[in-house]
Order: sequence, then C-alpha cells, then structure tokens
Amino acid sequence: MMSKSGARTFVVGARGISRCFRLNCAQSSAGASPRQREGIQSRQLKEDELRPLYMDFQATTPMDPRVLDAMLPYQVNYYGNPHSRTHAYGWESEGAMEKARKQVSDLIGADPREIVFTSGATESNNMSIKGVSRFYKAKKKHVITTQTEHKCVLDSCRILEAEGFEVTYLPVKSNGIIDLQQLEETVRPDTSLVSIMTVNNEIGVKQPIKEIGRICRAKNVFFHTDAAQAIGKIPINVSDLKVDLMSISGHKIYGPKGVGALYVRRRPRVRIEPLQSGGGQERGLRSGTVPTPLVVGLGAACQIAQQEMEYDHGRVSELANRLVQRIMSDVPYVILNGDAEQRYPGCINLSFAYVEGESLLMALKDVALSSGSACTSASLEPSYVLRAIGTDEDLAHSSIRFGIGRFTTEEEVDYTAEKCIQQVKRLREMSPLWEMVQEGIDLKNIQWTQH
Amino acid sequence: MAATSKAQVLSLYRLLLKESKAFPSYNYRTYALRRVRDAFRENQGVEDPKAVEQLLQKARENLDIIRRQVSIGKMYAAQRTVVESTQKKFV
Repeated sequence: MMSKSGARTFVVGARGISRCFRLNCAQSSAGASPRQREGIQSRQLKEDELRPLYMDFQATTPMDPRVLDAMLPYQVNYYGNPHSRTHAYGWESEGAMEKARKQVSDLIGADPREIVFTSGATESNNMSIKGVSRFYKAKKKHVITTQTEHKCVLDSCRILEAEGFEVTYLPVKSNGIIDLQQLEETVRPDTSLVSIMTVNNEIGVKQPIKEIGRICRAKNVFFHTDAAQAIGKIPINVSDLKVDLMSISGHKIYGPKGVGALYVRRRPRVRIEPLQSGGGQERGLRSGTVPTPLVVGLGAACQIAQQEMEYDHGRVSELANRLVQRIMSDVPYVILNGDAEQRYPGCINLSFAYVEGESLLMALKDVALSSGSACTSASLEPSYVLRAIGTDEDLAHSSIRFGIGRFTTEEEVDYTAEKCIQQVKRLREMSPLWEMVQEGIDLKNIQWTQH
Repeated sequence: MAATSKAQVLSLYRLLLKESKAFPSYNYRTYALRRVRDAFRENQGVEDPKAVEQLLQKARENLDIIRRQVSIGKMYAAQRTVVESTQKKFV
C-alpha cells in the first residue's frame, strides 16, 4: 500500500513538472524562433561514426541515381535558358523541359499543357488555394478544407480568412478519413474550392478522392488535392478522379528538392490569379525561369515512378507488414494511427502507450525517425493531425512515424524493429505509469491534480 | 531465343551485378542488385526476339547509368550505415 501511494505521488509530481515545463516553453517561445526540442540536440556526424538508418521517407527521399544521371548533363553542358528563343542553348533546354512536362503528365493521365512547374508542393498548394479563390472572389467567398491538411494548406486558408473569405475546416473521423455526407452538406452555392489531400503525410490515410471529385463536379466546385505523398506511389489519374488541381513534389518521389508541379485542368477550365508577377513563363501562371536541371529530374523521377510503381508498392507493403508485425507481436499497447485499410502502406504512425515519443526518438538514435511532419518536428506540441483524429494527448505524445521507401532493406526494417522493441521495453521499465498499469490501476480514473 | 542472344543476356546480367556491387552507398547497392535480379527473373519467359532486344537495350542503358553513378558515388562516399558494420553495437 505504502509503495503504491508513493508511486502515485511521484507520478503526480513528475506530471506537474512536465506540465510547467511545457508552459514555460510556450511562454518563452512567444516572438522567439520556433521552439527547439530540449532533449534532441542537433549535431554533425564524426568521420568515423556510423550513419543512422534512414526511415523517414515522408520527410524526403534520397534521389534515385537514375534521376541524378538524367539531370547532370543540364548542370554541366546544357545550361541555356529554356525561354531563350533565339539560339540552340535555349532550344535544347526547352526541349528537355517539354519532355519533362510530358513525363509528369503521363504519370497522372493529364495533358502536358496542364502542367505548371513550381518550386514544390508548398508553392503549388499556395497557388491553387489563393489563386483560385482570389480569381473567383467576386461571386464566391467560401473554401472547404480539412483539419488534417498540411501546414501550407492550412496557413494559406488562414490568409484567405484575413482577406475576408470564409473557410470551413472539416473534421475527420477517428480513422482519419472525412465524412462524405458532411462534405456534401458543407458545400454552399458560394463555395469556390475544396482542398483535400490524397495521402496524409503523418498517418498515411488515403482520402476517398474519387467520391470527393464526384461530389465537387456535381456541385460545380473546383477540387484541389495535395498529392505530394501519393504521386508515384499509388495509381492516380486526374480524369478518373475528377480532380481540377493537383500538387506534386519532386523530392518525395526520389527526385530533386526545390521543384514540383501543379496540374491545372483545362477542360472545364480552372482560372488562377498568379502569385508571382514577372516574365509570364508557364502561361503566365508562374513567372520565373524554369530550372531546367530540376524539372528534368522531376520528369525522370515521374517516369521511373510510373515504371516502378507496382514493384515498389509490393515491396513497401511487404516491408511495412514485416515492421508492424515484428513490433506488435513483441510489445503490447501499440496503436496504429489512422485507418488500417485505406492507407498508403509506406507511412506507419505508431503510438507506444506509456512511453514518451521524445525519449524513444532519443533512444533510437541509430535510426532517422520523426514523430510527425518535419515542418512541425521542432515543436513539443503533439501533432494536430493526431489531435484531429481524436488521439488521447498521452498517446499523441508517444507517436512515431516510420517511413519505408524504394531503398529500404529487410535488414534495416529488422534492425529498426529490434531496437524499437528493446527501447520501448527499457523505457517502460523505468516508467511509473507502466508500473501502475501492471498493477492493474486504471490511469484514466486518477485525478492528477490531487495532492 | 537464339544462342547468341542467350549468351548476351547472361553476360549482361553478370556485368550489371558486378557493377552494381561497386556502389559505395549501402542503399543504392542493395537496391541495384535486387532490382537487376528481379527484372531478369521477371522477364525470363520473354521469347519474342524484338521484345528481348528492347529489354537488352534497356539493360545496356542501365549499365551505363550504374557505371557513371558508381563513379560519382565513389567521389563523394560517406560513412557506412549502422547495418553495414559487422560488429553490432548496442546502446
């Protein structure tokens, strides 16, 4: 009895400290740079040190050697401006750019003239959300998106709200998928755009894009989807899905960083107010010289993705199953976040109950992992995506995202699983919460504020 | 499949494996080896001489890519990853 109550007070104390700590952090961060992780210090690898395994394929992917091989000639010899119309340097670059445009459009079943090259999916998302709603603002003032979108979509919507637009942030069900009926009811006569991502970057769930496309087409609303995490990994055809705008990123499909594309439908035509003013490149939608080597890389990455999709998908599924089975068969109280079926298998988000995600990430220093999106990984707040699917705060704090991709091996998966199991067990051994669970105390019934 | 073609296929297969083994990066090396083996296995049953010639052409192009990329990889080699070390160290 004594030991039990002792443990209880101890836990209360620890909890109080952590709460204060979080509070302090929140206060000190006001106006300062983004909150830094207290525990995880950034540090360069030494020359004789071994490199950690890469298991964060949602953050970015290594470039495929075939992509680099396609790009190098344009970094070395063919440096002409693709918009130069008066000499061979320009013509050869233009030819390469148009070939790349064709490769991108082939992957999604579009016409090459519907592809606009951008600097990445963030720019593509900004362009579609701000561009479409601003163009149609005279008549339409409403935009619909979801709570689990990427930061750049949510932030673009915030800007629109400040400009006088109305934005509806649809909630998602506990499996991370939106309610189609609710979407249908939310669409109004003055809705100009619906923006819903294809595959979520944190929990990997696939939204029912085809059904959403049908609803939007029937209601005469433009439909934008952020497909950065889906392109080249699952089959996507813009005419089947009835998508009007689609964002594509180069570095998520083994291509170069700093390049992406936006698909803009021509029939029925989608009009956009451009964000950038200038030379009128890309049909006036995106001024600025197209970076030939980067778009050649994006094109090559799309072509390879098309060829390798089936092979890669099979392998990624196999490895993902292997990882989940290994971990789940050896460790209890592990929860897979997001729908178990409607998902891209290469993105696995697991919550390890009674373990702090931060501590686990620190303990797994031999594996490059993340607790969620790279954009928000510096923050101590639990992920807003996990909060949107209704994950308990404790579980949201104990989540880790495993990313598997083209270059992942069985050995790496086994190593990660083994390390993960070992560290979760070790951390739980040290956790008073875990001790209480073992004793059969229901943690939910404890009033933590009591002293 | 003609006899000369069969010999060609085999020699190309061996060359591809040999060159792939030279990738300094663990992930590129294992991928190249795996992909070459799987592609040849997948197309084992192809009989049509035209299709065989097309596949051989693709293999030759890939061989050139692998050779170039191995050279580049060697110029900028990085540390080995933790799964490559024979001595497993535990935290």
